Amino acid sequence: MLKIEGLTAEVEGKQILKGIDLEVPTGEVHAIMGPNGSGKSTLSYVLSGREGYEVTGGTATFNGQDILAMEPEERAAAGLFLAFQYPVELPGVGNATFLRTALNAQRKARGESELDAMQFLKLARERMKALAMPEDMLKRGVNVGFSGGEKKRNEILQMALLKPSLAILDETDSGLDIDALKIVADGVNAMRGPGFSALVITHYQRLLDYIVPDRVHVLMGGRIVKSGGPDLAKELEAQGYAAVQAAA
Amino acid sequence: MPAVTETIETVQSVTESGYKWGFETDIEMEFAPKGLNEEIVRFISAKKNEPEWLLEWRLRAFAAWKAMEEPRWAAVKYPPIDYQDSYYYAAPKQKKAPKSLDEVDPELLRTYEKLGIPLREQAILAGVEGAGETPAEGRMPVAVDAVFDSVSVATTFKDRLEKEGIVFCSISEAVQTHPELVRKYLGTVVPQGDNFFAALNSAVFTDGSFVYIPKGVRCPMELSTYFRINAKSTGQFERTLIVADEGSYVSYLEGCTAPMRDENQLHAAVVELVAMDDATIKYSTVQNWYPGDAEGRGGIYNFVTKRGACRGARSKISWTQVETGSAITWKYPSCILQGEDSVGEFYSVAITNNYQQADTGTKMFHIGPRTKSTIVSKGISAGHGQNTYRGLVRIGAKAHGARNFTQCDSLLIGDLCGAHTVPYIENRCLSAKVEHEATTSRIAEDQLFYCRQRGLTEEEAVGLIVNGFCREVLKELPMEFAVEAQKLLQISLEGSVG
Ligand SMILES: Nc1ncnc2c1ncn2[C@@H]1O[C@H](COP(=O)(O)OP(=O)(O)OP(=O)(O)O)[C@@H](O)[C@H]1O
Ligand SMILES: [Mg+2]
Repeated sequence: MLKIEGLTAEVEGKQILKGIDLEVPTGEVHAIMGPNGSGKSTLSYVLSGREGYEVTGGTATFNGQDILAMEPEERAAAGLFLAFQYPVELPGVGNATFLRTALNAQRKARGESELDAMQFLKLARERMKALAMPEDMLKRGVNVGFSGGEKKRNEILQMALLKPSLAILDETDSGLDIDALKIVADGVNAMRGPGFSALVITHYQRLLDYIVPDRVHVLMGGRIVKSGGPDLAKELEAQGYAAVQAAA
Repeated sequence: MPAVTETIETVQSVTESGYKWGFETDIEMEFAPKGLNEEIVRFISAKKNEPEWLLEWRLRAFAAWKAMEEPRWAAVKYPPIDYQDSYYYAAPKQKKAPKSLDEVDPELLRTYEKLGIPLREQAILAGVEGAGETPAEGRMPVAVDAVFDSVSVATTFKDRLEKEGIVFCSISEAVQTHPELVRKYLGTVVPQGDNFFAALNSAVFTDGSFVYIPKGVRCPMELSTYFRINAKSTGQFERTLIVADEGSYVSYLEGCTAPMRDENQLHAAVVELVAMDDATIKYSTVQNWYPGDAEGRGGIYNFVTKRGACRGARSKISWTQVETGSAITWKYPSCILQGEDSVGEFYSVAITNNYQQADTGTKMFHIGPRTKSTIVSKGISAGHGQNTYRGLVRIGAKAHGARNFTQCDSLLIGDLCGAHTVPYIENRCLSAKVEHEATTSRIAEDQLFYCRQRGLTEEEAVGLIVNGFCREVLKELPMEFAVEAQKLLQISLEGSVG
């Protein structure tokens, strides 16, 4: 279970998160919606430990562990995965090399045996097939020259390989065509189960038709201003943030 | 299986048998006295039982050297070298070997471990007594000519090569066994008076490798040499000569990925390559000499002259280098593209960390028509490291249709290092085409974070990104070298972030 209490954080001296309280019980998928610049990505970076995103108060624990005290790679090994809003390009680093290095780094950190090239390739091919990704994506540089949609699918491939217990998906649906959206949603749904929870950040109700969330939270001005069931997303879509906030 | 094991084992076995060349018995001195004068040159030549012509050749080089000034145009800084305060001839001698790995510097062992060198090999590398007595199984077919201090002590795989008519031995041996070949080619690519360091080398070179590949022969294995600077205060003056006759092919590996510890030492090697019609020489180097400590104390000064002559039509010479070591690197592997349609290539990765300085690059001399050259240089600077690419592309009036493509990329890690690009282009031929691309970049914070979010440590992330940056060069290395080189890049950058 992810438990965030009174979390405040600043970026470049400017306070962005102004006291977040949020609980995502194990096995649940929660959606976070909110206007541009409200702090959704900031929350995802704070939880995953990005430099420059400074926690000024509050706590965040995952299965009782104080994640804010951990290095980013330790959080990853503990099962936290962030699908980036803007996936980063790594020129010259083959996608396969990257995925294998990451997978083995996490396995090693957890005291599991590392996969050799053959074992890895078998696993990767299997997962890629499920995501309808062409195999040559493995050979290309990480995200280099990938289309917007390919980058997002590559994030989901990484998630499928790394098998996190807590995934934060930051606008993974943006820029996806309908078919890709379904594939990505299937990828997430396939992971749902007692050992998996997710925070799905999105602007669109459409995604939530495919990934039906247990709860929906509205983040505005660095605070969760409203929470509710899946219907809240529909309400937002129909009325806009201002009306929902006024009613809150 | 590291290519170096072979050599180390060979060296070790010879060391244990007390150097059967027997300098102790028939030569009263192991070391020539410190300093450099005509007598030392004569001493070296006499020790090696050289023919008169070679002594004369050395003396001409010495005379040229005396009249020359040490070059100062490179972007490197170092205190003046006292050439009279060095030994120019030292035979390897038995040192007090550590009894077990417990007696070996733990930091050295840690690096070996990171390179993935198995325990038994670590012991051999560290010179532990009795290590490496049983041969390893399943080793790569790599033939090795070991240069241990100044005297080449061992050569392996000789039989197999001899069957093909290939000559692969130390250059002093070649002087005795194939004097006509040595005399025909020695100094024809790098003349004695070429430059200060080459002249010094020509006067006092003590050993190095000699390779001759006969017409139409494809050398069946990678030839490898392994240089080691061992005795204290001994300059190293290796001389390597590789001749590929018509239609032949050879791939030659120089160097060692395991770190070598030593005091400040001058190293001034000369490498000459000659490729005849349709011949190809691929020369790969991984250089990992002691770079000095984190404060810039100690480390090897590496002043090398490497040059290849594509004499024949359609000949090809390809240099690939991964330079991670040495306090100072001064090195410009070059190609003289004489034969029509000949091809020169230069692929380079140079890393400078802490206080290392590298001034390296290449020269491509296009003389024949339709000659082609490719230059790919990747410079990585971290810490206070200074990295300069210095290149010259000269296209002569008769090099119709010649082409050059140069790509120089620099990667900076941190704010205190520097990268410099100094490309010279001289084109005297209208129909020639010269292209130059250069970039400078930094490892971006978002790249590091992306990797760390996926579970890599900061150091692993830097290693991965740097390897990606160098990919075009690393893929030119023979397989067994490439894997080690990748790990080496990461180790060389340790402590450069965070
Ligand atoms: N590195 C930074 N430097 C300066 N300001 C920043 C930085 N990162 C975030 N901010 C600011 O913090 C606020 C929240 O940004 P954040 O990216 O978290 O919004 P978001 O809710 O994810 O928006 P969007 O829906 O557009 O993705 C914005 O005002 C943004 O400009
Ligand atoms: Mg965002």
